[in-house]
Amino acid sequence: MRKDFEVISQWITPGSHILDLACGDGELLQLLQKNKHVQGYGLEINEGNILQCLKRRVNVIEQDIDKGLLNFADCSFDTVVMTSALQALHNPDKVLDEMLRVGKECIVTFPNFGHWRCRLYLSLKGRMPVSEFMPYSWYDTPNIHFCTFRDFEALCHNKRLRIVNRLVTDQQHQSNPLAQLMPNLFGEVAIYHLRPK
Amino acid sequence: MPEIAQDNSVGLVTPELVSFTTPLTLSCGRDLPQYDLMVETYGTLNTSRTNAVLICHALSGDHHAAGYHSQDDRKPGWWDTSIGPGKAIDTNRFFVVCLNNLGGCAGSTGPTSINPETGKLWGPDFPVVTVDDWVESQARLADHLGIKQWAAIVGGSLGGMQVLEWSIRYPDRLRNAVVIASAPKLSAQNIAFNEVARQAIMSDPDFHDGHYLDKGTLPASGLGLARMVGHITYLSDDAMKAKFGREMKDKHFNFDFGIEFQVESYLRYQGESFSKRFDANTYLLMTRVLDYYDPASRYNNNLVEALSHATAKFLVIAFTTDWRFSPERSEEIANALHTAQKEVSYLKVEAPQGHDAFLMDIPRYTAALTAWMEHVADESDALLTGSAI
Repeated sequence: MRKDFEVISQWITPGSHILDLACGDGELLQLLQKNKHVQGYGLEINEGNILQCLKRRVNVIEQDIDKGLLNFADCSFDTVVMTSALQALHNPDKVLDEMLRVGKECIVTFPNFGHWRCRLYLSLKGRMPVSEFMPYSWYDTPNIHFCTFRDFEALCHNKRLRIVNRLVTDQQHQSNPLAQLMPNLFGEVAIYHLRPK
Repeated sequence: MPEIAQDNSVGLVTPELVSFTTPLTLSCGRDLPQYDLMVETYGTLNTSRTNAVLICHALSGDHHAAGYHSQDDRKPGWWDTSIGPGKAIDTNRFFVVCLNNLGGCAGSTGPTSINPETGKLWGPDFPVVTVDDWVESQARLADHLGIKQWAAIVGGSLGGMQVLEWSIRYPDRLRNAVVIASAPKLSAQNIAFNEVARQAIMSDPDFHDGHYLDKGTLPASGLGLARMVGHITYLSDDAMKAKFGREMKDKHFNFDFGIEFQVESYLRYQGESFSKRFDANTYLLMTRVLDYYDPASRYNNNLVEALSHATAKFLVIAFTTDWRFSPERSEEIANALHTAQKEVSYLKVEAPQGHDAFLMDIPRYTAALTAWMEHVADESDALLTGSAI
C-alpha cells in the first residue's frame, strides 16, 4: 500500500462520508471503502481515471474542482481528501476554502518545492527544477502552483486553519529523520490534516 | 440480416405478446381492465433469476432493442450497439427484457388496439398514461417473468425517467440504475417543442380529432412535421453542420419553396418514413408522458427527498452537445443522488451527436457502460443460489 494512503487511512474515521477531490484511478477510495467502510465520491476530470474508478466500482463524478464545489452542501462530508493535486489547480486557495466548507475537516498532500534538491537545481543551474518526480518543463507542466511547506502553512495561518496533523515523507512516502528535523529542506511530500479553528 | 452482424448479434429474435387480465388503475383515475404488452427477451434467465436487465425505451422506441426479426431486415433493433453477446449489456451474462410500453403502437395495448368494451379502435380515447403507469405495468411484467429484483434497469431519455421512477417506486426491485441523457422533469422549452409537435398533428385535416383510422386516413403530414421538429432537437448544431452544412440539392437556387438544401431533404425523408411506421395518437400520448413526469412534485418539489428511499447504485451519463436533455439536467439527478448520499457515478461524455448520442457506439460511453455492467453481472453471479462466492 502507498505510504501516503496508509497515513490518510489512519486519519479517516471508520464509516465516515468522504469526498476525494482529483481522486485519480480511485485507488484511495477503494482502499477506504474496504478498510474503513466509508461511503463517498471521487471527483475527477481525466477520462482514463474515471474509467478506472468505474472498473474499481468506486463512485466517481466527472467534475472540475477548479470551478468550485457549489453542487455540494456545507458540511456534507466528514472528511474531504485531496492527494497530489493542489499544485495543479488554478485556484488552490479557493479550493481549500471549498474543501473546508463542504467537509468538517480535510486532508491534503502535495510536493514540497522547498526541498534542497529543488533549491540546489535552481541555484546552481539557474533553471526550473526537472526531476524524475517532476519531469515537466516549465511551459508544459500541469503543476502551475508550486509551494513550499512553509508557504502552505502561511496560507493555513491566514485562513485560520488548524493543522491537526502533519507527516513529511520522501517521494516513496517513506519518512526519514532529516525530514522530520528540517521538513521544509528535506521533506519531499507532506500530508496535512486540517480543520477550521 | 447482414451476414457480418452474426458474431456479436443476438441474431433472429421473436417478440412475444403477454396478456394481463388484472385491471390496472392508471394515474388519470381510469382502469384498464385488460391489456397486452409486446415483449422481447435476449439471453437466458439464470436459475436464481438474478441476472435480469430491463431496458426502457424512449419516445419512439419499442420492444425491438436488439437483433433482427427476419433474414431480410436491413437494420437491427434500436439499441443493438449496446445489447448482444460480448457487448456492454452482455447477453451471454444477462437476461435482457425490453417491452413496448402501454399506449405504444408496436403491439402493446394502445390507441391502435381494439377497446374490448366498445369493440372499436381505442384511437384518441385511449387513456393518457404516465411514467408511473408504465412502471406499474413493467412491475407486473416482472412478476409474470418471475423476476423479483432486476440486476439493472437501463434507459436513455424518456427511458431514463422510467429508471428513476423504478428506483423511487420500487427501491427493492432493482440493484442498479443506469440513467442516460435524461432529466428529472421537462423544462418549459422541452414542453414547448412537444406542443409544437402536437399542434402539427392535431391541425392536420386528416387527423379528424384522432379518429383518422375510422375515416381511413392518416395525419401523415402532421406526424411527419412533428417528427421533423423532434429530429432537429435530437441533433446538435455541430452534427447538422458536419452532416449537411449548406449543401444544396441542385447547383443553383430555384427561387421557390421546394427542396433547396440537403438538410431539408433529410428532414422530409425522416418525417415521411416516421409517419408510415408510427401512430399519431401514440405520438401525442408519448409527448404527454414526457411533459407530466416530475417525481419531485410528489415530494415538496424536492428531488433529494424523492430519491431518498432509492437503494440502487446509479450510473448517470450525459453528452456534451445534447441540448434536448443537456448535461446540466443529468447533473440535477446526480446532485440529488449524492446529496441523498446514494451510490452514484456521473459521466459527461464528449460527443458531437447531440441527444442521439445515447443510441450510438461512442468509445468512451461504451467502455464506461461495459465496465459498469461487468460489475452488475459479477454481482448477479454472486447472488446465484449455491454460488461459492
